[in-house]
Amino acid sequence: MLDFTFIPRILPSLLKGAGVTLWLTAAAVGIGFIIGSFMGIMASGTSKLLGIVSKLYINVIRGTPLLVQIFLIYFGIPALIGASVPSTLAAIMALSINSGAYIGEIVRGGINSVDRGQFEAAFSLGMNRKLTMLHIIFPQAFKRIIPMLGNEFIAMLKDSSLVAVISMEELLRKGQLAVTRTFKPFEIYIVITLMYLVMTYCISLFVKWSERRFATDER
Amino acid sequence: MKDNIIEVRGLHKKFKRTEALKGVDIDIKKGQVMVLIGPSGSGKSTLLRCMNLLEIPTQGDVIFEGRKINDKSVDINEVRKEMGMVFQSFNLFPHIKVIDNIILAPMKVRGMSKDEATQAGMELLKKVGIPEKANDYPAQLSGGQQQRVAIARALAMKPKVLLFDEPTSALDPEMIGEVLDVMKAVAFEGMTMVVVTHEMGFAREVGDMVSFMDEGLIVERAEPEKLFTAPENARTKLFLSKVLHSS
Repeated sequence: MLDFTFIPRILPSLLKGAGVTLWLTAAAVGIGFIIGSFMGIMASGTSKLLGIVSKLYINVIRGTPLLVQIFLIYFGIPALIGASVPSTLAAIMALSINSGAYIGEIVRGGINSVDRGQFEAAFSLGMNRKLTMLHIIFPQAFKRIIPMLGNEFIAMLKDSSLVAVISMEELLRKGQLAVTRTFKPFEIYIVITLMYLVMTYCISLFVKWSERRFATDER
Repeated sequence: MKDNIIEVRGLHKKFKRTEALKGVDIDIKKGQVMVLIGPSGSGKSTLLRCMNLLEIPTQGDVIFEGRKINDKSVDINEVRKEMGMVFQSFNLFPHIKVIDNIILAPMKVRGMSKDEATQAGMELLKKVGIPEKANDYPAQLSGGQQQRVAIARALAMKPKVLLFDEPTSALDPEMIGEVLDVMKAVAFEGMTMVVVTHEMGFAREVGDMVSFMDEGLIVERAEPEKLFTAPENARTKLFLSKVLHSS
């Protein structure tokens, strides 16, 4: 029969795992946002070479499985450099690089959605490309991509469960460990499912709120 | 010529299919208000946009203060600091307040302090008649008010020339007057202006010289009184008879 009475005993461990999942996701999306901003700006800029570099990055990362990327970094790189990569570092690297590609595409779309006249007005005032991007285009693009960044955060939170396979002790891995101790897989995975759901739902509420907040002064 | 601030020589601009400019020559003198008129598609806006290189000419020279500026060795941002532009669709920056629209470039490009730029910006807002809108966002303003802010924003850089690209064409009729009044005031203060417009009354009253363009060429150029009362070219006559009768 189903038995949930042991759950309170393992809950602290699961909550700790959820905490790891959250900061791992935040780090991945944070670093991914920096990578993605550069990629998006490069993709929509005037330099052909930089445009190709960013397109290549985005297409390679988006065109290959995240699990393969995780394996390549965790198992592949140590074989190449002759030293092991800690699982935390490997997890952050793989997730950030992956997120960077998706966010790069989001940023590119955001920049392209800003009216051409905004560039022209800034240029006509003597502002160079860098100033124009920084003060005029990027802030407007950012507002428009907030919902998509929120979705990316939710997607990354779910995908981060993949790093359980390299022994990163996030929520899913904590659950696996609990299963090996208790032999109650159904109860534990149900609880973990609910914990993921609560996290993604809360984030989606936050995204909706921030969308409204940022949309006040425009049009 | 020494008193020419802009000289355009043999200017051609080809877009993918069409040739918008087919060899245009024009001189803009210091302090002059040059009005460009002509049917739509005649190349007026393209010519204006070539002057600050928002369009890159296919062939020919744009000379600003004696220096050819459509050349790879010229830092175009340096030149654009001296040439303000007012657009048909205003193009105010929607994410920042009116006053910030005005002071951004003076601070970031000219290196003015915030206090200095704000003070000058408020003066300009008074001049265009809407100092009370300083802390509003552009979307809270009417079209006419937005265009007046756009003029103030261009003036804040203390340019040597102001380019106007159909500044009243996107406005509701009742707002055209307030924008033209501001332009008139700026002209009377001695600003060099190149104005693409369909407002023949403005051309006649404020223009020092009017150029009529058709099919990518300047067909006729004369002082407004002469061009409007005794045009010589047949195409100028036809155009004027159409626009003057309808207004």
